[in-house]
Amino acid sequence: MVATEKPQYKIIGTRPRRPDGVDKVTGRAQYGADIKLEGLLYGAVLRSPHAHALIKSIDTSKAEALDGVHAVITNSDLVGSGQTFQPTTAESIESGTYWQALEPGKASPRWAAENILAGPKVLYHGHAVAAVAADDVHIAQDALELIDVEYEILPHVVDVQDAMLEGAPILHPQLRTGVRAAGVDTRSDIETNLASHMRLESGDIEKGFAAADLTIEREFTSSQFHQGYLEPQNATAFWSHDGRINIWTSTQGSFMARDATADVLGVPVALVKVTPMEIGGGFGGKIPIYLEPMAAVLSKKSSRPVKMWMDREAVFQATGPTASSYSKVKIGVTNDGKITAAECLFVMGAGGFPGSPVGAGVQCALAPYKIDNQVIDGLDVVLNTPKTAAYRAPGAPATEYAVESVMDEIAEQLDMDPIDLRLVNVAEEGVRNSSGTPWPKIGAKDVLEAMKSHPHYLSELQGEDVGRGIAIGFWFNGGMESSSSARVNKDGSIALILGSVDIGGSRASISMQLAETLGVTYEQIAPQVTDTDSVGYTAVTGGSRTTFAGGWVVYELGQMIKAEMISRASKIWDVSGDEITYSDDGTVIGPDDADGNERVFSFNDLASKLQATGGLIAVSASSSHTTQGAAYGGHIVDLKVDRDTGKTEILRYTAVQDVGTAIHPDYVEGQIQGGIAQGVGMALNEEYYYDSDGHLMNGSFLDYRVPVANDLPMLDVEMVEVPNPGHPFGVRGVGEVPIVPPQPTIRNAVYDAIGVRFYHTPMSPRRVLDELL
Amino acid sequence: MQALNYARATDVDDAIRLLSEGGENARVLAGGTDLIVQARERKRNVDLLVDVKHVEEFMILEFDTNTGLKVGAATPLYQVYGDNNVKINYPAIVDASTVIGGKAIQGRASLGGNLGNSSPAGDSLPAMIVLDGIATIAGPNGRREVPVGQFFTGPGRNILETGELIVYISFPPVGAGEGAAWERFIPRNEMDIAVASAGAWIKIEDGSVTDARIALGAVAATPLVATAAAEALIGQPLTDETISSAGDAASEIASPITDMRGSIKQRKHLSKILTERTIRTAVERIK
Amino acid sequence: MIPEPKVVNTIINGDSKQILISERDSLLEALRDRIGMTGAKEGCNNGNCGACAVIMDGRLVNSCCVMAAEVEGAEIMTVEGLASRDELHPLQTEFLDNAALQCGICTPGFLMSSYALLQENPDPTEEEARFWLAGNLCRCTGYDKIIDSVLTVAKG
Repeated sequence: MVATEKPQYKIIGTRPRRPDGVDKVTGRAQYGADIKLEGLLYGAVLRSPHAHALIKSIDTSKAEALDGVHAVITNSDLVGSGQTFQPTTAESIESGTYWQALEPGKASPRWAAENILAGPKVLYHGHAVAAVAADDVHIAQDALELIDVEYEILPHVVDVQDAMLEGAPILHPQLRTGVRAAGVDTRSDIETNLASHMRLESGDIEKGFAAADLTIEREFTSSQFHQGYLEPQNATAFWSHDGRINIWTSTQGSFMARDATADVLGVPVALVKVTPMEIGGGFGGKIPIYLEPMAAVLSKKSSRPVKMWMDREAVFQATGPTASSYSKVKIGVTNDGKITAAECLFVMGAGGFPGSPVGAGVQCALAPYKIDNQVIDGLDVVLNTPKTAAYRAPGAPATEYAVESVMDEIAEQLDMDPIDLRLVNVAEEGVRNSSGTPWPKIGAKDVLEAMKSHPHYLSELQGEDVGRGIAIGFWFNGGMESSSSARVNKDGSIALILGSVDIGGSRASISMQLAETLGVTYEQIAPQVTDTDSVGYTAVTGGSRTTFAGGWVVYELGQMIKAEMISRASKIWDVSGDEITYSDDGTVIGPDDADGNERVFSFNDLASKLQATGGLIAVSASSSHTTQGAAYGGHIVDLKVDRDTGKTEILRYTAVQDVGTAIHPDYVEGQIQGGIAQGVGMALNEEYYYDSDGHLMNGSFLDYRVPVANDLPMLDVEMVEVPNPGHPFGVRGVGEVPIVPPQPTIRNAVYDAIGVRFYHTPMSPRRVLDELL
Repeated sequence: MQALNYARATDVDDAIRLLSEGGENARVLAGGTDLIVQARERKRNVDLLVDVKHVEEFMILEFDTNTGLKVGAATPLYQVYGDNNVKINYPAIVDASTVIGGKAIQGRASLGGNLGNSSPAGDSLPAMIVLDGIATIAGPNGRREVPVGQFFTGPGRNILETGELIVYISFPPVGAGEGAAWERFIPRNEMDIAVASAGAWIKIEDGSVTDARIALGAVAATPLVATAAAEALIGQPLTDETISSAGDAASEIASPITDMRGSIKQRKHLSKILTERTIRTAVERIK
Repeated sequence: MIPEPKVVNTIINGDSKQILISERDSLLEALRDRIGMTGAKEGCNNGNCGACAVIMDGRLVNSCCVMAAEVEGAEIMTVEGLASRDELHPLQTEFLDNAALQCGICTPGFLMSSYALLQENPDPTEEEARFWLAGNLCRCTGYDKIIDSVLTVAKG
């Protein structure tokens, strides 16, 4: 199914009210921490005060004796639940089975459990060490103070470049570097914090740089950033005596949460049921599990349901911010601006366990451009900071910030309009990306052209210390598996059961696609997000995949329903199905009858006859598509820098993005505006501060400075629709790419305003003043 | 929350009694926006919260052109800056109290609470200092008065003895030729602790500065009375040069630290910038 | 068991209530954990995000910074009390129709703050609205559609 010219949709492109909306504006919606259960106990977590230390002993006896405390657990309680882990032996290292646990991007079950509750050592300030369940939150916190932990403090390292130096404190003595350079698979033999090294390579960069008239090489660093979702992680669990574990949690992926919990606890997946509650933001940070296994084991020990939620400080300390990064980018161009070669090195801090997003960052770094000769190296480094999790286009903001910053310097030196420089090099359909795969139809050029003709770009910039900057960004978007089922009721209303957790309105956009497919009204579809027992496997709500993949599945469900409706009409009219058509407005039309009368059923009419003709229609589908199409966005900012204080004020912001087809334009716009705001925070004020003992100092919204309402102006969004041919309605993921351009856009504008080039984000007032004074 | 109890005082003497009997970990609960958080985060040991908001004397807001302004220790900020007399006569207080912590915080937080919390970065403190605010304190041994500028002894510490509490803060009446202003620097546009702040009060008679007071916040262990900065202005007409000298003096007096909120270099520089800005605004306000 | 239990008489959304709390409870904890009113949310528990905002005796406050025992004799309004029996409040309707919520966790706090804003200043400028609402954090929307919704209701 190929979508080319934009069809006239009936429902797609409109802005109906979301089905969960009234509950959310009246306070009735049940988010994870809102759950009420009979007999509920409250959990609390004791966390490490040290950045790196051996745990010599944990004495929980006094906590257990406190009136009102029902259970206390440590890592040995997780392991004792039946899990056995790959032991670290010489044989397992030699045979390679140990290495499997250390492949980049692959989670090791032992390490997954150790991140949840520390094993032999704590690896970052705030690493969970023990947990309690008590009658009341106050008693639970009192109990934490009664747990005695003996630590042997070890030297720590919180800077990603320091972690690679010889003599750096080693986090995992058994860790060896996995090297994956093109075709080569070798491992070095020394203790290290470098968990893996990947490389993408094409063409001949020596020749490429030799052909360049101008080569610029620059180094950049960026801080750790947290997703900053307003709702802390939560989990409620009941482990009943029959072995079944019921979990209620705010998660981006109920199936991943179920499988990960089952892995950690060593129980059969079928015994774990995860019910996704409403979720207060995730941005990737609520894909991993943190509290679920703890709540489950506390429940098992106390025979009561246990509710846990993180306090805000724990969220900053011990969930998954993105990686801090060091980047080195070298780009060679001809005098006409054509890129002849690019060489990049990206180093990212994975936190206490391997798995930074450097791989994705590597794949995105040069994605906007056609570059025949390129080498990109990506290094994944462990250090004593919390284990990273995905954060909206993970890895891409850091790498593309570096590349787009160098591009701006090239444009200046060539005296070229910065958008023109991008246009000379922009990737199009058929161009091979860094991994060697040719692009399908993409909207990068359309975005650049729209930027160039946008009134913002054409407007005159006036004032002292005012500057303008642009940058372009890319994210590949996810495909993966989604499942749904639908039931057509006797009145034509349709129950739509979704496997996709709905964070920002996807149950509406997915329903709209089903309604469009069937030609029925949006209002007659009743979507529902359900638990892991009641619908097929669905991958996470994240990766900009939900509207795409969820839409594909309901499109397929729609085809199944249409076929079944035709089959029922065929029965009723006693006519062959070949002579019956299902039309765009949901009516089923057959050949005129013997008397020349029309044979027509409206959807609802035919629905009323379903029971009599074989029963109500119930269909299920699971599908996985790899045709998701990439996303490109380009941003323009005007800003002013106060030279006296170093403070940057955003005056005007415009984002242009190829959105494929905007199913619900308000939600698409909202995703883009939200991504911009997060990117602005990264560019100007967000960062992780550590003291000399490796303690995270700013684990609160007071000092982790996300943008507030009067930090931003209205954010203008121009949606360019280049439909994705790989989706029935042309959907492209939209949610992630908007966070990619802001850092370089703002950095380039600050240069335009005050003539200073920055090589670190955030460009906080303090850092700006440092350069100006 | 740590283990604690709550008691509601019925009058000033009852408040003093509760405080004294409650021991060294009994605390006055005014707006609670600092104290409740500190108690919950177990940063302060608190055994008893003595709620004074139901005693009228702690909640007053009285103005008289001849005697000045009296603000109860627990009077919420929104009432203070919402009052026309305060807006007209004490705009420096309005400058500070409209930006402390956001509107929901201002629904409860108070000048007395700011004073009692004694943070070196307390927003309203430099404004109260330059306006010559005087805290009326009551305790087991009776009442006494302490100028705001002499109230602080260190970060989070002040001259209050066990059992003592602030009843109200008074500000002298505003005379002719007087103007005052306060300004802070924060990295965002709200919701931050001041990186640095400054308050200025200027009196101009016959074209010369006859009196001035400058105070700085967040650049020392306590809010600072920047006497040398004021002296750079007094006894001569106000010019760009004298203002700049005052700014330099302020920068010189400031003894900030480098922490996650700011660096020494930045704070010394801001001391100058904010001093100069508040002097200019103060002068613009002279009627 | 409830540590330091205490009975508090208060009025919530117009209903007289006698509730059993702990003296250690904040108002937020009392609402959520003692009487099951989970409209107000915990985002930070230290007054920096506004997700717990309620109206107490006519004034916008962060319920995490109010002790439950303090509400003896006070009148509280929460998001659950914004709609009338028959109709959503115009702010609620506009938020919905204008997509001013994505995940919705900040929405109760914003509704309370916006309600309080319009009581205080029925026709705010964009700058005034942004300043007033600066105490409510939103991570999903970038604030655009929230501010737009508040200004639309103000004009309507």
